[in-house]
Amino acid sequence: MNNIREELDKRILIIDGAMGTMIQRYKLAEKDYRGERFANWHTDLKGNNDLLSITQPQIITEIHKQYIDAGADIIETNTFNSTAISMADYDMQQLAYELNVAAVKCTKEAIKQSGKKAWIAGAIGPLNKTLSLSPDVNNPGYRAVTFDEVVSAYYDQVKGLSDGGVDLLLIETIFDTLNAKAAIFAIKKFFRETGKQPLPVMISGTITDASGRTLSGQTLEAFYTSVMHAKPLSIGLNCALGAKEMRPHIEELSQMASCYVSAYPNAGLPNAMGEYDEQPEETAHFLEDWAQEGFVNIVGGCCGTTPDHIRHIAEHVRSIKPRVLPVTEKELA
Amino acid sequence: MSEPIRIWPYLRLSGLEPLTVRPETNFVNIGERTNVTGSKKFARLIKDNKYEEALSVARQQVENGAQVLDVNMDDAMLDGVEAMTTFINLLQSEPDIAKIPVMIDSSKFEIIEAGLKCVQGKSIVNSISLKEGEKKFIEQAIICQSYGAAVIVMAFDENGQADTKEKKVQISHRAYKILTEKVGFDPQDIIFDPNIFAIATGLEEHNNYGVDFIEATKEIKALMPLVGVSGGVSNLSFSFRGNEPVREAMHAVFLFHAIKAGMNMGIVNAGQLAVYDEIEPGLRNLCEDVILNRNNDHNQSTEKLIAFAETVKSQGKVEKKDDAWRNTPVEERLKHALVNGITDYIDADTEEARKAYPKPLDVIEGPLMDGMNVVGDLFGAGKMFLPQVVKSARVMKKSVAILTPYIEEEKKNNPAAQQGSVARILLATVKGDVHDIGKNIVGVVLGCNGYDIIDLGVMVPADKILDTAEKEKADIIGLSGLITPSLDEMVHVAHEMKRRKMNQPLLIGGATTSRMHTAVKIAPQYDNGVIHVLDASRSVTVAGSLLSPEQKTEFISGVKTEYAKLAQDFASRKTVKQLLTFKEAQANKQQLGWKNYSAPVPAFKGVKVFRDFDLEEISKYIDWQPFFIAWEMHGKFPQILSDEKIGAEATRLYNDAKSLLKKIIDEKWLHAEGVIGFWSAVSDGKDTIHLTEEGVDLEFLRQQTKKAANQANNSLADFIAPADANINDHIGAFAVSIHGIEEHIKRFQEQHDDYNKITLQALADRLAEAFAEKLHEMVRKELWGYDKDEHLNNEQLIAEQYRGIRPAPGYPACPDHTEKIKLFNLLNATENTGIELTESLAMYPAAAVCGWYFSHPESKYFGVGKIAKDQVEDYARRKKMSLEEAERWLMPILEYA
Repeated sequence: MNNIREELDKRILIIDGAMGTMIQRYKLAEKDYRGERFANWHTDLKGNNDLLSITQPQIITEIHKQYIDAGADIIETNTFNSTAISMADYDMQQLAYELNVAAVKCTKEAIKQSGKKAWIAGAIGPLNKTLSLSPDVNNPGYRAVTFDEVVSAYYDQVKGLSDGGVDLLLIETIFDTLNAKAAIFAIKKFFRETGKQPLPVMISGTITDASGRTLSGQTLEAFYTSVMHAKPLSIGLNCALGAKEMRPHIEELSQMASCYVSAYPNAGLPNAMGEYDEQPEETAHFLEDWAQEGFVNIVGGCCGTTPDHIRHIAEHVRSIKPRVLPVTEKELA
Repeated sequence: MSEPIRIWPYLRLSGLEPLTVRPETNFVNIGERTNVTGSKKFARLIKDNKYEEALSVARQQVENGAQVLDVNMDDAMLDGVEAMTTFINLLQSEPDIAKIPVMIDSSKFEIIEAGLKCVQGKSIVNSISLKEGEKKFIEQAIICQSYGAAVIVMAFDENGQADTKEKKVQISHRAYKILTEKVGFDPQDIIFDPNIFAIATGLEEHNNYGVDFIEATKEIKALMPLVGVSGGVSNLSFSFRGNEPVREAMHAVFLFHAIKAGMNMGIVNAGQLAVYDEIEPGLRNLCEDVILNRNNDHNQSTEKLIAFAETVKSQGKVEKKDDAWRNTPVEERLKHALVNGITDYIDADTEEARKAYPKPLDVIEGPLMDGMNVVGDLFGAGKMFLPQVVKSARVMKKSVAILTPYIEEEKKNNPAAQQGSVARILLATVKGDVHDIGKNIVGVVLGCNGYDIIDLGVMVPADKILDTAEKEKADIIGLSGLITPSLDEMVHVAHEMKRRKMNQPLLIGGATTSRMHTAVKIAPQYDNGVIHVLDASRSVTVAGSLLSPEQKTEFISGVKTEYAKLAQDFASRKTVKQLLTFKEAQANKQQLGWKNYSAPVPAFKGVKVFRDFDLEEISKYIDWQPFFIAWEMHGKFPQILSDEKIGAEATRLYNDAKSLLKKIIDEKWLHAEGVIGFWSAVSDGKDTIHLTEEGVDLEFLRQQTKKAANQANNSLADFIAPADANINDHIGAFAVSIHGIEEHIKRFQEQHDDYNKITLQALADRLAEAFAEKLHEMVRKELWGYDKDEHLNNEQLIAEQYRGIRPAPGYPACPDHTEKIKLFNLLNATENTGIELTESLAMYPAAAVCGWYFSHPESKYFGVGKIAKDQVEDYARRKKMSLEEAERWLMPILEYA
């Protein structure tokens, strides 16, 4: 693959859509999740989507391939929960590293089958435990997990993704900035200790509601300021909001970010049934507007989006110029 | 929109909210009371495990204005790691505290790291140093960097803590090189603490510690301009423990000098900062001598301060005035106070009225509004003038401030009784622009007419304006701006209002705006009413019409029709305008006889900086007429003072302004910074001036309208000798500004004193212009020296009866603002004068002037006027801009659109 920065200066890149939404279409049962290897595992495994990279790799590969065919330039590994902390729900802490390696393999296979080119982004999710919030309302100083535990979990994930051979690392769906800072800390530590060439890092936060703040209470600019020491390739927003609600935040981000800007919203807001029903052309329409306003460098979809959404998005932004990077001054005027 | 955004190397911190430390931020208060070594109360609470209560100490610091919170748990009796972890985790659950960034303060690095593991924002580590050698320093710096923290670096190395200026600077510079070159730290994320030590201890070797810090700060900032300088201020007065008045005075005096030297943050008791100017002058002088180590060879000054300290008690004098109007009923007294702008008794009178009326709101809706109606009527009838109205507003605001807590209380007890029928007007100076005198005046005048004003201040992005308007349910939005790029931003706001389907009317005002521009460019963007407002007094009638249900529709449609006609006229008129082709215009340039011309040679080349220029001297050059215009009092100065109608009020305003000016000068409220420069220059015979030694090309524009016979199409480039004339010619430039206004503005604001606030802003503007006038005279008489015998009085100066000109980029003779960037670079103006350029190329502080110097006797001011596309294309090519970008900057003078 050629240098992603060069490509980002030329055009708007497309990142893929939802993995969970696509897996649902296969209507998998408990036994499908278990496969042969975990037939006798002592906890329920249905819903452990990341495990499918090991037990049903052909399904994960097929989904990746559909996104590549739809025009995705960047595909995300199926590793949103592949850390020792999140896997503890299934008592599968020990599998974290292996899950990451297996997931990268699926992306590589998909790229091979498609005969096209795509960058592989190692997806690093937010964890099911947070560092800035207490789960106990009566004890606001309490934390369910420590910074060191989070760093160690992310370190293993980064090691798995790096060993598997990803092109990028993507810290995404950040609703607690301190978790993201632990991920950044782990990434810096990993590359410092192994002496490997550091991979470009993409960062994508989540604004949870109309207040314009993250779940942990930061404004967008405060969030941006808190993670810039990662010197990221891109900063952006994903999840929680549909494109309509995300627009002012993306506009704001595009004004302040010194790096590239990414955006992959949900397919609208969920309806009363919890389903996303925004149509591909509708999502594409919103993103086309952002592209025309010069807000974005990377666009795609999050929850509820499908290869069809990605195809429409790709078609709508194809001929539009990407956002121009701001000039970062080294001196005061 | 294609112009790339510029991101400046400022220190950026965050809690739940961001904090950007800009050069003009002046001083960041770091709250010191959440420190077990400094606050006994806090230490006791932590030791007793009363963390919830300890949070109240933090909250009090934030409420008192701390912008960063210093947390220190260094105590032998405490498990520091645990205490830091517990306290910071608890802090995170208090949004009103966690909104500001944290400074994690410890001499033990493991405690610092424990704190870093608990904060999601970008914090500051206090501190690391070279105390244990370079290896350890680098290790700790890398860890801080991995957590994304800024660092305070103490001036401390293997040999100990730096006490002299030289050592402080040397250690800081060594640390800087290691951090930036070996660790890869961004310079703006480094803050130096050059050690504040106790002075006036009785030991003579301690006497110079204050001076050492201040001088070291100066040098550190000169050597490493992007870094910050901080310090623990209370150390300074350690020997006066227990004597708070003296300590506070010492801190204020010290900060006054240290901030001037470049200190931009400090650990202080945020609730207890005295204002330099309000310190009793006797005490202030004593502090000054001790801190600056004057007359102190044998501790004389120290002893004087100690002697004084013994006598210090809290002082309070009661003055009594007696006036007949004091004997009237309270309603009459309130009215009298409002109409005459007297604040002396407003507290007591308001309180009396509050007790007399059933509800606090009745006082506002009754006597206060009655009084303001009288003011409004007198103003409308031309019997009161703007300065008086603003004084009345000050009284009103003070009274309302007293009543507000009671009204809030009542709302709480009886939510159903809420009355919210007052119309709300939102005002803002648009993004990229810093000028707000006019907007402040409009706010006051509208406020006096009973509207609820939300003033968002200056440099407000469109989104913030519109979000706030929606959230606060504003009935009208008003935009202000002074420089031409603001016009674009106003168009953008109008465009966004339409996209958001808003329905509030939009008012447009400010010196650069016009009815024509509003009609042609802004009004078509938005359908629900766009109205240009010429001045503050018109704003009242416009707002009244827009808010009256009977008049609104008719008024808006009337304006629409009028603007549509204007736009149409504009469209048809511009086709008949006769413009030459650019080639023809260039051919018709002014022919100056270069053959026998000998160009004057300046006394120096390069730049010369004027630091802290004498304000007294500058004030002699003030042109007062614009000052009165700022107050919407039109007329010639000094005749205006004896004008039959407005003379009395003009005289009062003039006297008030003069006495404020005297205060500004005597008490050094403001300081003037300037820089000028000269460079060898040749013109290319067309519109480019080439600076031969710098290799910089200055680009100018040429008049393109068809002129009468024997009249040239001017361009400033014509006033510099062409290369083939072989003349040693020069061009000059200057930038001046008046600094230090912010804290005084803030104080006046807190006192609800718009009158003095606006007067001060207007005076600062005048001083900047006067400074430019003064420097220009020095240039003519000495520095460029081509008119050594010039003897002009102030009126002749104001009438520009001298040789040479000083046109400013962005103004009629050279209307392109972007040339200002070159001017700033040549002069290194931001560093030399502290003036910043905004994204729209406005100068901040607003009281700033810059321009080019031309010395040729024939050089004169002119307006470029409208230009055609062929010139714009040529200009874009010379500027290496896209045509689109050039058109955007030149929009106001394009003949086509």
